Amino acid sequence: MNLRRRRLRDGLMVGLLLLGTLLVLLPLVMILAYVFVQGVGALNWNFFTQGPRPPGEAGGGMLPAIVGSLIIDFIALAIAAVFGLAAGVVLAEYPDHRLNPLLRLVSDVMAGLPAILMGLVAFALVVRPMGHFSGFSGAVALALLMIPIIARATEGVLRLIPWELREAGLALGLPRWRVILNLVLPAAKGGILTGLMLALARGAGEAAPLLFTAFGNPFLVFDPLRPMDSLPLKIYVYAISPYEDWHRQAWGAALLLAFLIMISSYLARRALRARGQGG
Amino acid sequence: MPHWLYRKLGDRIFAWVVLLLAFGVVLAALLVAWELLRGGWLAFRTFGFWGFLTGREWNAVSERFGAWPPLLGTLLTSAAALALAFFPSLAAAIFSVEYAPRWLREPLAFMVDLLAALPSVVYGLWGIFVLAPLVRNVLELPLFGWAAAQAPWLVPVLGPPTGIGLLSSVLVLALMIVPYASSLARDAIALVPREQKEAMYALGATRWEVVRLVVVPYARGGIFAGVVLALARALGETMAVTMLIGNSVQLPFTFFGPAATMASAIANEFTEATGDLHLSSLLALGFVLLLIALLTNLGANLVLAHLRSREVKR
Amino acid sequence: MLKTIAARALGIVALAAGLALAQGVALTGAGATFPYPLYAKYFDVYSQKKGVRVNYQSIGSGGGIRQLFEQTVQFGASDAPLSDAELKKFEDAYGTKILHIPTALGAVVPTYNLPGLTQPLKLSGPILADIFLGKVTRWNDPKIAALNPGVNLPPLPITVVHRSDGSGTTYIWTEYLAKVSPEWKARVGFGKSVAWPVGLGGKGNEGVAGLVRQVPGAIGYNELIYAIQSKIPYAAVKNRSGRFILASLESVREAANLDRISQDTRVSLTDTPAENGYPISSFTWLLVYQDMAKNRAVKDMRVARAVRDLLWWVIHEGQQYNERLHYARLPEVVVRVSEKNIASLRYGNQPLQ
Repeated sequence: MNLRRRRLRDGLMVGLLLLGTLLVLLPLVMILAYVFVQGVGALNWNFFTQGPRPPGEAGGGMLPAIVGSLIIDFIALAIAAVFGLAAGVVLAEYPDHRLNPLLRLVSDVMAGLPAILMGLVAFALVVRPMGHFSGFSGAVALALLMIPIIARATEGVLRLIPWELREAGLALGLPRWRVILNLVLPAAKGGILTGLMLALARGAGEAAPLLFTAFGNPFLVFDPLRPMDSLPLKIYVYAISPYEDWHRQAWGAALLLAFLIMISSYLARRALRARGQGG
Repeated sequence: MPHWLYRKLGDRIFAWVVLLLAFGVVLAALLVAWELLRGGWLAFRTFGFWGFLTGREWNAVSERFGAWPPLLGTLLTSAAALALAFFPSLAAAIFSVEYAPRWLREPLAFMVDLLAALPSVVYGLWGIFVLAPLVRNVLELPLFGWAAAQAPWLVPVLGPPTGIGLLSSVLVLALMIVPYASSLARDAIALVPREQKEAMYALGATRWEVVRLVVVPYARGGIFAGVVLALARALGETMAVTMLIGNSVQLPFTFFGPAATMASAIANEFTEATGDLHLSSLLALGFVLLLIALLTNLGANLVLAHLRSREVKR
Repeated sequence: MLKTIAARALGIVALAAGLALAQGVALTGAGATFPYPLYAKYFDVYSQKKGVRVNYQSIGSGGGIRQLFEQTVQFGASDAPLSDAELKKFEDAYGTKILHIPTALGAVVPTYNLPGLTQPLKLSGPILADIFLGKVTRWNDPKIAALNPGVNLPPLPITVVHRSDGSGTTYIWTEYLAKVSPEWKARVGFGKSVAWPVGLGGKGNEGVAGLVRQVPGAIGYNELIYAIQSKIPYAAVKNRSGRFILASLESVREAANLDRISQDTRVSLTDTPAENGYPISSFTWLLVYQDMAKNRAVKDMRVARAVRDLLWWVIHEGQQYNERLHYARLPEVVVRVSEKNIASLRYGNQPLQ
């Protein structure tokens, strides 16, 4: 094969890769533009500071849903991070453990179930024993969705950390747990963070598993043991209503939701980079 | 703290804690399976397991429930979406790590991840109001018109060109699973050791040859993990598919025409089902979906094992 | 400027504090999506006037009935009445009846997309059934033309659009078709989700309306409020006395204006003999345990009283809000029947008067 043909092929592949990338990004831009145009009109002071109002009345807002979403998603991510990271560490750092094939299988299978079924499990696990709906039960349902994503992402990235790093740590006389916590996980933090953010994005947008767990609440609530509103629930309920005003608010909430996830992802990446440079 | 305590006990405790937590994950999954099986028991008992699986009728009025049409729909949409999404997401991953200028890398990665940040109901609404008319006017109507004139035998295979149906739902689904495949692939590609690539460049390889011969093989595990995650996402995706697929359990499915998936059937009927058998059949459907996910994963593991064994031989 | 910010901040704090200190009873209800906007209005006014906070969430009629059975809510809500089997399930499990309290009337209208048509189309029950059975497939079918003399019907193929999700709307629509067409009754039957012989399924009213708007020649069915609010044309339907009635708040209310109504109010309002009534109408109901002590979610007498007061308020003062939101009001005869039902509520052995 001569050099010219190789160069040509190289150029061709650049073009193809670029095309593939554009194919992914073009619809994204279309969707974002669509959401923005539809939703930006709903964002005003009231939207962020008031509770929902009945249709036909001006000035309703999403405050309880925003607060509820933040609380539920935070709890869910905390639960899922603990379990998901542990599962990922087991899969990657103890590759010969008997639990592993089963663990890998169940986490992959769990990722393939519709979200509504996770709500069902959280209902049986939390709501039924407690006798009432709660933000916490919604967080459990979302955590079930998030765990497999975190586990798989963590495993994937940990496996790519060269064994030399671990051997170096062990050779220095560090016990294994310090090697994992202080060397391996920090080296993999970028990938782990991607996993956490993907999981957050996955969970934060779901309404179906919250219907009979977090349930929703038109009043502002900070106590996760009470029924709690969330943005996807509001989007769902408002989107299926007949009222123009509510539709606009649903789009506003969708825009806000995407924006919140975007911001948290961005901040997490930035914090990571700042730390990385400092240390 | 004595040295041995710090070393031995520390390792022991750490292993116990992570194993216990990991075991919690297994337990949670078993619990999910148990809830579905328990809930679906009535349906399995009424129709028999195979009877339920192969039944072609889904009728809440006559209370006859068979999982075959939605099962087929789930397999078709997931496979097609994965096939469509694979190369673009890999391309986006490779491009953003290996080719894009430094300043563009973060924003590119960020934008692909953003695809995952949109709630699926947003995809659904965008699908109905933007994508479906586009698909109908640009793809379906011309194709249908051509087929009607040139190849009439194609017409029943294509189905009604309304923009709502299998084709549109596959397109949206493909779009939705891109970030899952792409993000994991990207992280894996970013972790390919620089020395390996530099060694290739030193030998005079072009960029593409480095990608093909070093980057992709090295990152294969991560790419594959992303594909598995994307497939799982496709199997379970509900809202957007439900809004676009047209929801018909009448076989045979056509390219443009309406179809249904297991997740869409569950989402459509779960909140309104009141009959015991109806509800139980929906949960049984969930259990079947779980089995499908189980089988595809076992299959994926086989593929992976095959890949590994070839690697060793070489 | 500073003052307004301070005032707003104070408002938020007060909102939060008010909740923490809420001394009044808080009620929880779940169910039907169709009356959700109306209930949002009711309960908003009610909390302002009576200080009782009611959290109603539209998780679907089926979900509402299940939650009532699970006893996580004080009341449920449904667009379709409980079947005898369902009532028996409650009776067997808890030894009490479930009472149906109607709150409003809704109607389902055939919505269509026929470019160039200016006046509302006229259709009859049997023809609607034939269209949804896939027997009438073109808009210029002589049967449709016969009902619409002088209207220039296009030779477009008919695309049927139906709800894909289980819904009270589908229940009312198919129950009507089953009443007017023996073939529909035999081949399809009626329920919240049925096996459709033809057509595309859209999720929710939004989905159906979206499809009808997108596809020229489409016909679907939507709740009246939805058709009005989203300005989709809908057809006048021939009622039992032979008049073509365009659905309106008046004609829907008229459909329920019957001489007698059975005590449990589980009555069908489709194809009623009411002369000026729209033939595809229905109640929507709140559901409560007759003996509220049997519901674990009703913790004490105080809560039971609060539920009773709420129901009473809804069928009286609450009714004034119906028409503003395009829900038809209950006719007087239905209010009288419901008053009796509410009076029969008890907590253990004690009546709730």
